[in-house]
Amino acid sequence: MSGNLNLTLKIWRQANRTSIGKFETYKVSNISTDASFLEMLDILNEELQRKNQEPVAFDHDCREGICGACGLVINGRPHGPIKGTTTCQLHMRHFKDGDTIVIEPWRAKAFPVIKDLIVDRSAFEKIQQAGGFVSINTGGVPDANAIPISKEIANIAMDAAACIGCGACVAACKNASAMLFVSAKVSHLAHLPQGKVERFERVEAMVKVMDELGFGSCTNTYACEAECPKEISVRHIAKMNREYFAAKLKARNKD
Amino acid sequence: MGWVTRAISSSLGKKYIMALSGLFLVIYLVIHLFGNTFLYAGKDAFNLYVETLTESSLKPVIRVIEVVLLLGFLIHIYDGIRLTIGNWSARPNRYAVKPANPQSTAASRTMWLTASIVFFFLVVHLQQFWYTYHYGRIPGVTMYDIVVGTFRDPLYSLIYLISVLLLGFHLYHGFQSSFQSLGLNHPKYRSLIVIFGRIYAVVIAVGFASFPIYFYLMGGK
Ligand code: FES
Repeated sequence: MSGNLNLTLKIWRQANRTSIGKFETYKVSNISTDASFLEMLDILNEELQRKNQEPVAFDHDCREGICGACGLVINGRPHGPIKGTTTCQLHMRHFKDGDTIVIEPWRAKAFPVIKDLIVDRSAFEKIQQAGGFVSINTGGVPDANAIPISKEIANIAMDAAACIGCGACVAACKNASAMLFVSAKVSHLAHLPQGKVERFERVEAMVKVMDELGFGSCTNTYACEAECPKEISVRHIAKMNREYFAAKLKARNKD
Repeated sequence: MGWVTRAISSSLGKKYIMALSGLFLVIYLVIHLFGNTFLYAGKDAFNLYVETLTESSLKPVIRVIEVVLLLGFLIHIYDGIRLTIGNWSARPNRYAVKPANPQSTAASRTMWLTASIVFFFLVVHLQQFWYTYHYGRIPGVTMYDIVVGTFRDPLYSLIYLISVLLLGFHLYHGFQSSFQSLGLNHPKYRSLIVIFGRIYAVVIAVGFASFPIYFYLMGGK
């Protein structure tokens, strides 16, 4: 079904990291219900440019739900009202004619606003760099099934690996905690034989950096799981809790 | 031993401490509730129970337990304050639209609030019963007399009632949350923990709430 929407947008505008932002109200008309949310913003920006006004800065890249760049808080919900969907995959058919839509950036101390709706998510990269990888040389492509991994374990690891690092978990959490993201990375690698080798160093290093960057601490409200566009389960947080505990008891370091 | 302090000051360490101290208090509440049910067995039974704890040869053991209990409370409170402050500062700018928080329970989002109210109640409660019994009573007045006398006061009974209901609310989230924090989440037993925790919270809240209601309605008999 297609039709056209007239909408009122309240968008967070902030010139740079240090300036104080505020909401501006814009009207857009004739938006196709087939348009994506970002296309709707593109239309607004074209109009703003025609009027010689500064377009709204928002982050995006793949526009197919895999890069994690496009996080926006739409009417109080990271990535908008539809479960398991990124902002770029959100379609305007989920809105009604005459709606007012409030669009804000992720809000967390560890994700400072760079401009308008764009936040600096390099905190996630720092956490990844601390240990979210396997540091052995893999050499050539190994034979399939040379390392047996049960289907069940492969599924769990794959579910965790679906994380696109968008930061919706931080945005959704009342404590701005990054534990769903970090646990997805930890759990993904800890389940697989290649990742198991460095599991203790990994979880210790990643948690350490996560804490230093000023993310909050999880209080198990589980809002993150509901807002995650990849529907990563909080079971991975429990897995990380176990990994960290085991690391403290068993890792061969004095930390 | 620096690694221990570092471990328990990490975000995950704080969760472990919260969970372990919380579960310790969860067990204590069961014992406390069980002891209180002697109130329903009548004046003599309840006084015998209290005197067995406080005046028999058990006394030194109870004193040690009291200290451990106090430590349990202090650790839980201290860790809770540390967590809450850290978590508030992790989001210095609030959202304009109140977050929808799907899936999260109201209990999970108001832990600091229910905790603060229960804490103030705890202070009043200790003063009213523990302190009065040990240091502020006229000889011959028994614990049963103190309890009955206290619940005759509608204001105190109401404070007691509201506080234990909020405590139940706190436990409603806290019970299952402790297990998640300790990494004990498996599809096999997760729902069992959640359901058991909810029943536990209701039993504790209703159990403790029954005392002020009963004694207030009995009019101090
Ligand atoms: S733009 Fe890549 S996930 Fe939305």
